[in-house]
Formats: sequence, C-alpha cells, structure tokens
Amino acid sequence: MRALIKISFLLLAVAGIFMAATSSVDFGLKVGDKAPSFKLKNVDGKYYSLEDVKDANGEKPKGYILTFTCNTCPYAVMYEDRLVELHNAMAPKGYPVVAIMPNDTDIKPGDSLEAMGKRAEDKGFDFLYLIDEKQEVFPAYGASRTPEIYLLDSDMIVRYTGAIDDNAQDASAVKTNYVMDAVASLEAGKSPDPAKTKAIGCSIKVKR
Amino acid sequence: MQDIARNTIIAILFIASTSVVFAQASQEKAPFLIVEKYDDLAYIFEQNNDTTYVINFWATWCGPCVKELPYFETLHKQYKDQKVKVILVSLDFKRQIERKLIPFVKKRQLQAEVIALTDGDYNSWIDKVDTDWGGAIPITIVYKGNKRKFHGEEFSDYEDLEKLVKLFL
Repeated sequence: MRALIKISFLLLAVAGIFMAATSSVDFGLKVGDKAPSFKLKNVDGKYYSLEDVKDANGEKPKGYILTFTCNTCPYAVMYEDRLVELHNAMAPKGYPVVAIMPNDTDIKPGDSLEAMGKRAEDKGFDFLYLIDEKQEVFPAYGASRTPEIYLLDSDMIVRYTGAIDDNAQDASAVKTNYVMDAVASLEAGKSPDPAKTKAIGCSIKVKR
Repeated sequence: MQDIARNTIIAILFIASTSVVFAQASQEKAPFLIVEKYDDLAYIFEQNNDTTYVINFWATWCGPCVKELPYFETLHKQYKDQKVKVILVSLDFKRQIERKLIPFVKKRQLQAEVIALTDGDYNSWIDKVDTDWGGAIPITIVYKGNKRKFHGEEFSDYEDLEKLVKLFL
C-alpha cells in the first residue's frame, strides 16, 4: 500500500513538472482546439453568442473570423478599415467577422461601450463589436494583445490564429493576406498554412 | 575671366556649405539609428562578450512602455561605469518616426541608446527575438554571453528591473 502511495505521488510530481514545463511556453487555445462559447454585450446593448451570428446570406456561418480588437491601440486602429473590408469580402462566403473588445475600460476609457458604439458607427462596422466586460473570454482564448485573430470553423475549432496580414503599417504593401488565405484553405478542405502567425500589438489591459 | 573663376568658387563654396547644413539638419532629425530589416538588427542579440545587454522593445504609443522608460534611464545612469548596455528598440511606425519618435526622444532627453526598428513583417522576426514572445509590448531581454532572460511584460518599478539585471552581474 505504502509503495502504491509513493508511486502515485511520484507520478503526480512528474505530471506536475511536465504540466509546468508545457504551460509556461504556450497558454490558451491552439490550432485544433475547440473554442469556448460566450455571451457578450454588443454595441447595440444586446447580448450575443456565436450561435446567434448569421452570415451575409442569413445562413449559419461556415466559420467565424473572431478578432480581439479595441478603439485605443494604434495597431488595432490601423486595421479597422481592413477589418471592414475583410467582413464585406468574407461574410458573403460564410465567414463573418466578430469583434471582441477585451480591455478594462477603467484603464482605457476610450474603449467604453459608448466609445465602441461611436467607432462602429463612424467606421461602418457591419459586424458585432462585443465587449468582454468581465474579462473572462479573452483569457479563455489565451488572447494576449489587440489586434489578434482566431479563425474558427463551423464546429468552433480554431483553424488559424494571429495577424490579418503581413503589413500592419501599410495596407497597400501587404504581400500575404493570412486570414483570407486561411479561409480559402478551409473552403478547399485544407488546413491553413501558416496556421499561426505573430504580430506586434498592444497588451490587453487587465483590471487592476 | 577672373570674375568667372571667383564666382564659380563662391558658388561651389555656397553649395558645399548648404549641403553641410542639410546634412547636419537631417542628422539632428534622427539622433538614433533607424533599421528597416530585423536581420540588420539581429547583431544586438548576438554579442558574445562580458557586457550585460538590456534590450527593451517599446513604442511612444504604448502606455505601459512609456511608463517604464524612466526605469531603463535610471539603470543606464546607475550602471554607467559597469559593463551594462541598455538599448531601447522603438517599434514606432515608419511614418511616425519624424513626427512622434524624434520629438519624444529629444523632449525626454533619453540617454540610453535608442534604435528604431521599422520592419513591419512582424511574423518573420518575432520568434527570432524570442519564441515565448506573443507580440505584445513591452518586453525586455537581458543577456550576457549564453545566459539569457526574457521578461514578457512591464516592470512594476525600477527595483524590479534592477533585480533582473543583477542576476547577470
């Protein structure tokens, strides 16, 4: 019996070390993981989950271009027009944009629901612009910055994470449209490649 | 004939003097290095000597970055006589270097070395800096020879930064 307890402790310790080693490297959702569902307040004051989202044809989407973004990060702002273009191009194909603002609004008053509503109107966001008021959704996804994209398929499986394209500073100098290419891959029944990219962004402002 | 020669010399001198002025003016504009490709900056991470390098990625538009800049300035001053080199790599956008970064660096009278990196193909180089880096700033790398630490967030105060650097001294 004693030996059994010893062995179990040993196994637990080994598992602990293993988990510690892996979790420190990468946290949050990886490509292939199922994305958690959520219900968040939109700029229109109503609550939405992904199940409520329809594509441009009123059908259940084939996928979702989920993006963590905000009003105040210069990188996110540089991508606003491209986000609108992306939605206009992809929603008819069954892949609407869904935007989530993850910042704490006490730290960033410019990201208040009211300010979000104004931005959505000014920029003509034809997609949901939700606020992660309790700051529970972005940690579940493992989002760390704005802007950051999670391309989900209809089963809510993450198929691509990262940047919209390879040039934040200059839309006219973009060589690779990562998200558009990833959607094209899904449409062709393939896995996106690259399935993960990195980009500079603003850290998500967490409630103190 | 003499007049022509004299006028020519005056003209040459005039042109030469104005071009010197222009050169000085443009030098004043950017009192730091501007690097367009990450690979041309990679060397700052590959120094193999007994100096401790403290490399911070920041931008003028990044609130938490600007908040911690004084810690790096203090570090630079406190360790001036030791083998510690502070490098502040700015990720300000190319088109904002003149309008925002240069005035900022001048106004704050930053003493630590500033380098502007304008390579916008982020995915091609973020992992080269550190695979643990997701892309949010600020981050700081401290290294000496083969010993290296990645700090993936802002420092809470100067002591927090100094503590990390002291591990290398």
